[in-house]
Amino acid sequence: MVPASFEYYRPTDVSSVIALITQHGDDARVMAGGHSLIPMMKLRMAEIPHLIDLQDVAGLTGITIDGFTVRIGAMTTQTELIDHPGLRQTAPILREAALQIADPQVRCMGTIGGNVANGDPGNDMPGLMQCLNAQFTLIGPDGERTVAARDYYEAAYFTARSEEEVLTSIHFSARGGGYCYEKQKRKIGDYATAACAVTLYKEEGLCAGASIAMTNLSDVPVWSKAAGLALDGTSVDANAVKSAVEAAVADIDPSEDNRGPVDFKVYVAGVIIKRAIESAWSRA
Amino acid sequence: MKDDIQTREDRVSNLKGLGSSRKRVEDARFTQGKGNYVDDIKMPGMLHGDFVRSPHAHARVKSINIEQAMALDGVVAVLTAKDLEPLNLHWMPTLAGDKQMVLADGKVLFQGQEVAFVVARDRYVAADAVELVEVEYEELPVLVNPFAALESEVVLREDLEAGADGAHGPRKHHNHIFLWEEGDKVATEQVLDNAEVVAEETVYYHRTHPCPLETCGTVASMDKVNGKLTLYGTFQAPHVVRTVASILSGIEEHNIRVVSPDIGGGFGNKVGVYPGYVCAIVASIVTGAPVKWVEDRMENLMATAFARDYWMKGRISATREGKITGLHCHVTADHGAFDACADPTKYPAGFFHICTGSYDIPVAYVGVDGVYTNKAPGGVAYRCSFRVTEAAYFIERMIEVLAIELDMDAAELRRINFIKKEQFPYQSALGWEYDSGNYHTAWDKALEAVQYNHLRKEQAERVEAFKKGETRKLLGIGLTFFTEIVGAGPVKNCDILGMGMFDSCEIRIHPTGSAIARLGTISQGQGHATTFAQILATEIGLPADSITVEEGDTDTAPYGLGTYGSRSTPVAGAATALAGRKIRAKAQMIAAYLLEVHDDDVEFDVDRFVVKGAPERFKTMKEIAFAAYNQAIPGVEPGLEAVSYYDPPNMTYPFGAYICVMEIDVDTGTTEIRQFYALDDCGTRINPMVIEGQVHGGLTEAFAIAMGQEIAYDELGNCKTGTLMDFFIPTSWETPHYTTDHTETPSPHHPIGAKGVGESPNVGGVPAFSNAVHDAFRPFGLRHANMPHDHWRVWKIANDLGLHV
Repeated sequence: MVPASFEYYRPTDVSSVIALITQHGDDARVMAGGHSLIPMMKLRMAEIPHLIDLQDVAGLTGITIDGFTVRIGAMTTQTELIDHPGLRQTAPILREAALQIADPQVRCMGTIGGNVANGDPGNDMPGLMQCLNAQFTLIGPDGERTVAARDYYEAAYFTARSEEEVLTSIHFSARGGGYCYEKQKRKIGDYATAACAVTLYKEEGLCAGASIAMTNLSDVPVWSKAAGLALDGTSVDANAVKSAVEAAVADIDPSEDNRGPVDFKVYVAGVIIKRAIESAWSRA
Repeated sequence: MKDDIQTREDRVSNLKGLGSSRKRVEDARFTQGKGNYVDDIKMPGMLHGDFVRSPHAHARVKSINIEQAMALDGVVAVLTAKDLEPLNLHWMPTLAGDKQMVLADGKVLFQGQEVAFVVARDRYVAADAVELVEVEYEELPVLVNPFAALESEVVLREDLEAGADGAHGPRKHHNHIFLWEEGDKVATEQVLDNAEVVAEETVYYHRTHPCPLETCGTVASMDKVNGKLTLYGTFQAPHVVRTVASILSGIEEHNIRVVSPDIGGGFGNKVGVYPGYVCAIVASIVTGAPVKWVEDRMENLMATAFARDYWMKGRISATREGKITGLHCHVTADHGAFDACADPTKYPAGFFHICTGSYDIPVAYVGVDGVYTNKAPGGVAYRCSFRVTEAAYFIERMIEVLAIELDMDAAELRRINFIKKEQFPYQSALGWEYDSGNYHTAWDKALEAVQYNHLRKEQAERVEAFKKGETRKLLGIGLTFFTEIVGAGPVKNCDILGMGMFDSCEIRIHPTGSAIARLGTISQGQGHATTFAQILATEIGLPADSITVEEGDTDTAPYGLGTYGSRSTPVAGAATALAGRKIRAKAQMIAAYLLEVHDDDVEFDVDRFVVKGAPERFKTMKEIAFAAYNQAIPGVEPGLEAVSYYDPPNMTYPFGAYICVMEIDVDTGTTEIRQFYALDDCGTRINPMVIEGQVHGGLTEAFAIAMGQEIAYDELGNCKTGTLMDFFIPTSWETPHYTTDHTETPSPHHPIGAKGVGESPNVGGVPAFSNAVHDAFRPFGLRHANMPHDHWRVWKIANDLGLHV
């Protein structure tokens, strides 16, 4: 648990970050809260000769809410998400999910940008971002571009972000409605055995649109379009929930680990998805 | 000096002696981050050691190339077995009579085994150099299953002579270590063959790890000028370490000083001697500089001593009415690559033969086969006396299985088989003499406290509701009544490596009436500085606040066998009381002289000696202490000091009744402890608050073990649980709320009647949690399912029983 030696940089603006990345190429990595990268470095599973700390980079923090649009700076910590009164009002599912990430100490350091950027399938925010149809802003040597969360994840630790790009902010539209982030884990600080994010809308007793995404049930977060459609236009009765769960479970591909074998994970995923839908519907 | 205005009650309470919930004196420094641990030790010119470890569970070491590592700036030395061989230190003896490689000698036998020791000027350079040591391995077939190991042609221990006896008698196979037997096998089998009812079950107590917050480490400092070796380390038995270090190194024992500074938890993990200690010593001798070695968390979990790993096959017989008639147990014990168990010499399975538990079982037999596998060595007593948690888990599971066989309430089955109060001292079928107990009273108190009958009624209603589809949650009521055996131990039957398991206390009273007491034990969080001062306060009449307790420095403390197996209070606590009584005996002579009466005419009263029949004439202990140093008393040597070495006449037998009420979500396998009631009887209670803390801590470790904590390997011998992500340590969030209670049945042979308590909650807690899981599924046909009861295994129980439709 002793890392190899590395150069440490603490730039104050995004262009300096990009310049450092361009200069050092594959040998450089940016670090947000560090709670994924530093353990990997200490285990010497990641050797990073040039470590670029984003803590002091201007313009990467803060939460702004403009009507239905929520914009969150990449360096916003989980604790800030939890404590933000406007966010609690506009998009309470973020708080619900953030409270289930790690423990208070880690949440004080861990950021939403770090959580979504590196493509760790265990992280909770990627699934939630897909559920919310969030957009990620990336800045690189060629300027700025936006990638949808639903298009961002390619495989475990492989994303649409190129090595030269930095994820700087996240935005999504929040229109109220029912929500739930349901997570089963072995203990505080653990990744999900199965987790599910649900948002849905209720109009005159019927579901007017639903979005369902899952965490740690594949090598990438899984947004199940079919599961959402299965609820759409229904009264979210037992049959509709059953169809949605079946559709969602059909889209996952969990692998065996110390949390349990595949059959267990598939079964529990079904239970967690069902509970998430029912909870979201009860809040709609 | 006269304090007549104080009542006798005031004087008793001022002492903060036995029975006082005195606050722990250690906590001021621990809670402020001012403790002094091994890793806090920094010495001028200190070097740092780090290990190259094997990635393979079984492989031949073809070559080790240290050139690149040695070329790195800051690297001082890279030691391999070849370097240690001329000193005969490439292997070392284990506590269990086996030997263990210090550094890989031709082959490796478990993943994480020590292969080379890098010494560098800087901790970071040492880690860099580890990566530069090139080791060529040739992989060999891996044996992780002890049953398969006993059948396999693969020879794990090529160093052992085929067919030759091991430390504990004949070995029947090249991967066999010993067969140890106790009890009457023939008579037991006869009873079982003719019994009205027999219940049979194989109970696996999985491999786990003590995982203290502070990992193991040492700083070795060889002073070549005066020839003295100082060894700071995380040692639960510093004096034994000194003796072993002397024997191994050839350095005379007076030239070795071993110091255990503050220790951040031991739980058995810090009893043994590890390769890191030997390598640090050698490196310091070679370089002439102090060498620090502190393992990291993964090294601790993968390579230092594990606990448990017992496959216990049991048969228990009874009459139809439920009176137990016999118990038969055969254990296949997976010891890993080397037999490095911490056990008294004569008992390779520790005190496992306490497995008749709290029950009057007329005839019993135990046989334990020790087996080598490609797993880390160890087999330490993780917060329990030697193999007692295994024994308690075994019997408490067998009782439950028998209850199923008899279609009987498990609480009632226990009650009709308890050893009765009037049977103590009780001779068990497997050879122990239980000192004292009052099991029925404790059991009734516990059942009453949780309203057992109401719980059973609620459970029956829940089962009905479940069957009707109204709920997906089941309710489990986990019962346990355990008997511990602690205080190792009488020299007549307990020794470790030939060293008798006595313990000691040396007291020096200062002229102004304060004192220092030094003991052969060492606290790792138990609070000795608090509680031993209390024993002494009551014995010698000086306030506990005026008594310093010091342990862990072999240059100053009297020899003792250390702290593990709840032995400190039963053994060193007794030594403390007896040394205190020697002080008091001398104080009595001094008091009599000062009061100008005959010795027999004064008597001890709380904090003074008074003239019999004239309580207004007295001398306080403070006055007596001053006189001891400043008054020439004819026929009495100056000073007031005493030392006592205590060889206990018997073990002590704490006991308790634990009840766990658990909610189980059948669909996800998640569990919630709704209630946990723990009644402990540890004899005389020294400090109720410290006892409560011990019980909370032990129960939390028991909860971890029962509900998720394990050291697991894949079939290639890769350790799958090498970090705290996968090795379960409960946080405050997962930890249940506990209700503690007690009865008090003093030990008849201990000077103050105390029995020890630190490990009872682990011994009793594990079966209580596990039985709750089993009990929830009993109405659906579950007999037994192995721990740990993590989510997927609980889910699997439900799935196997057809509860997921």
